[in-house]
Amino acid sequence: MKDKDSVIIELTVQNHAGVMSHITGLFSRRAFNLEGILCGRIGDGTRSRMYLLVNDDDRLEQIVKQLQKLYDVLEVSLKYDYDQSVFDRLSEWIGG
Amino acid sequence: MKVNGAEITIKLLERQGIEVISGIPGGANLPLYDALSKSSIRHVLARHEQGAGFIAQGIARTTGRAAVCFATSGPGLTNLLTAIADAKQDSIPMVAVTGQVSYGLVGTDAFQEVDTYGLTIPITKHNFLVRSPEELLQVVPEAFRIAEGGRPGPVVVDIPKDVQLGMVELEAWPEPAAAKEKSHVEICMADIEQTATLINEAKKPLLYIGGGIVHSNAYRALREFAGKNSIPVTSTLMGLGCLRGDDPLNLGMVGMHGTRYTNYLLNETDLLLAFGVRFDDRATGKVSGFCRNARIVHIDIDEAEINKIRKADISITGDIGAVLGKMLPLVKRDERKEWITQIESMKAAFPFFMPSGSGRHPIEIIKLIGSLAPEDAIITTDVGQHQMWVAQGYPFKLPRTLLTSGGLGTMGFGLPAAIGAAIANPDKRVICFSGDGSILMNIQELATLADLQLNVTVAVLNNGHLGLVRQQQEMFYDGHYIASEFVTNPDFAMISRGFGITAYDAGRGGNMEEVLRQALSHSGPAFVNIPIPPKENVIPIVPPGAANHDMVGGETYER
Repeated sequence: MKDKDSVIIELTVQNHAGVMSHITGLFSRRAFNLEGILCGRIGDGTRSRMYLLVNDDDRLEQIVKQLQKLYDVLEVSLKYDYDQSVFDRLSEWIGG
Repeated sequence: MKVNGAEITIKLLERQGIEVISGIPGGANLPLYDALSKSSIRHVLARHEQGAGFIAQGIARTTGRAAVCFATSGPGLTNLLTAIADAKQDSIPMVAVTGQVSYGLVGTDAFQEVDTYGLTIPITKHNFLVRSPEELLQVVPEAFRIAEGGRPGPVVVDIPKDVQLGMVELEAWPEPAAAKEKSHVEICMADIEQTATLINEAKKPLLYIGGGIVHSNAYRALREFAGKNSIPVTSTLMGLGCLRGDDPLNLGMVGMHGTRYTNYLLNETDLLLAFGVRFDDRATGKVSGFCRNARIVHIDIDEAEINKIRKADISITGDIGAVLGKMLPLVKRDERKEWITQIESMKAAFPFFMPSGSGRHPIEIIKLIGSLAPEDAIITTDVGQHQMWVAQGYPFKLPRTLLTSGGLGTMGFGLPAAIGAAIANPDKRVICFSGDGSILMNIQELATLADLQLNVTVAVLNNGHLGLVRQQQEMFYDGHYIASEFVTNPDFAMISRGFGITAYDAGRGGNMEEVLRQALSHSGPAFVNIPIPPKENVIPIVPPGAANHDMVGGETYER
């Protein structure tokens, strides 16, 4: 099940308290839209992987560039071919 | 050796080449001050943390190197926030070191606790909450690397008190951050060649330059580049001084209070060379109406600025000085007779109408001060009408001689920034232009100025109003004046004398030029109050939301 209007941004980030604030803060202060977040630590726990579900619109380029500027963000890539139903199942599970 | 976190911090600042720190001590940063007492670094005691932040900015803006300020936790940090946000908006390298309650108390609403980390995320390039004294060894040099590298900006290092006191066994100090790491972005030669070809083929190219040229120390390269191909240059507020005011290619400031002919020429150009600029709304006016007929080349060190406001036809991410150096040999020598002739006729048809006669118009006073001041004098401004009159009228000749709060537009910037500029440039005359509204926002720093006896002349253009607010109410709110006229206005000369600063009042009779001459040649700090007409407007003005060519006023000068 793929949603043509949205895209997933995959981030590799430093894993410490505060990284999430940097990322969500960026979305709110720049008035970017953010539909969903999945996050978990990877490897030895010094890093985390984050998946952000966002609208695939003309602001995407700016979102990616701003994310790349964040000091604790190590890698940014766009995933068009991901099955986004994981976000849907998650929201079912949450009860949304 | 055994050292504590505070000693590590001070030692690393010394090794970084820091000579002066401005700040205010308090409970949570006393260990840092204790370590500072044993250091070669000079401390400047400000009277408000915002003042300390702007003193650091005055140092950073004139030297191009990151400067340091100190504040304690809680109110110390909240007072500092404005100066940090200001540094972010204008890309000024600064490292703010703040005290925090002990790490075990973080999150308990302890005395003078505030969430420094959370508060400073949106207004810094990056911020650190240091959790152990060992971490400081990595964090302090990294803070300078971040503040000065790429597009500069402010960094906050928040250090809990117990981290300042925690002991560490050390064998060697880490290396300080390199002077200024060049942008690691590889500049694509094909883009440079393509841009050069576009320039060589363009009929009416126009340079639109800004703070990026200043930060890159690229003004000489810019002058050579513009001169070789005869490309006229228009500047944002942040780029003033990169070209001399009297350079024939200099079209002055663009945008909201730009000159008529300059704003009209934006519609004529077929190739806009946007170098070290970010298409700020005060410069572009309504974006869809900005340079409608031009192809856009955008060069900036921050990739996120490319296509942010205006889509570029060609873009290069990199240090503008490096790009100009590579592009210069590819651009042909050209006199551009036709384009220059058109510009000259535009200048003649829509000139900047200089007020003349009375000698009391603010622009006349600013020009008079400009003629009396040394060529390399450093000018700081506050924010409002006087700031725009300085931008329009002062004869700037070099970059880093205008320090002004361009992005955030902070009233209260001028006086402490002047103090910082004078600390870093003891051989130069520093002039702070202010207004009667702005000066009161950080007037306590006159005490700091008196402490230091620096060569700073404060010139307050006093109209008894929040002048730019009054002007907007007159022009865009049907003359509904509210809260823009002060009911009372203090005797500024007397206040200054109360701080121990020599003061002059140009309104108390006598010859204006003589008064200014005295105030500018006085050794040590001087203050001069200059009454100006209460209802003078800054013209022309682009109404908010309008395109630059729809500016109002300044067709002819009306008194």
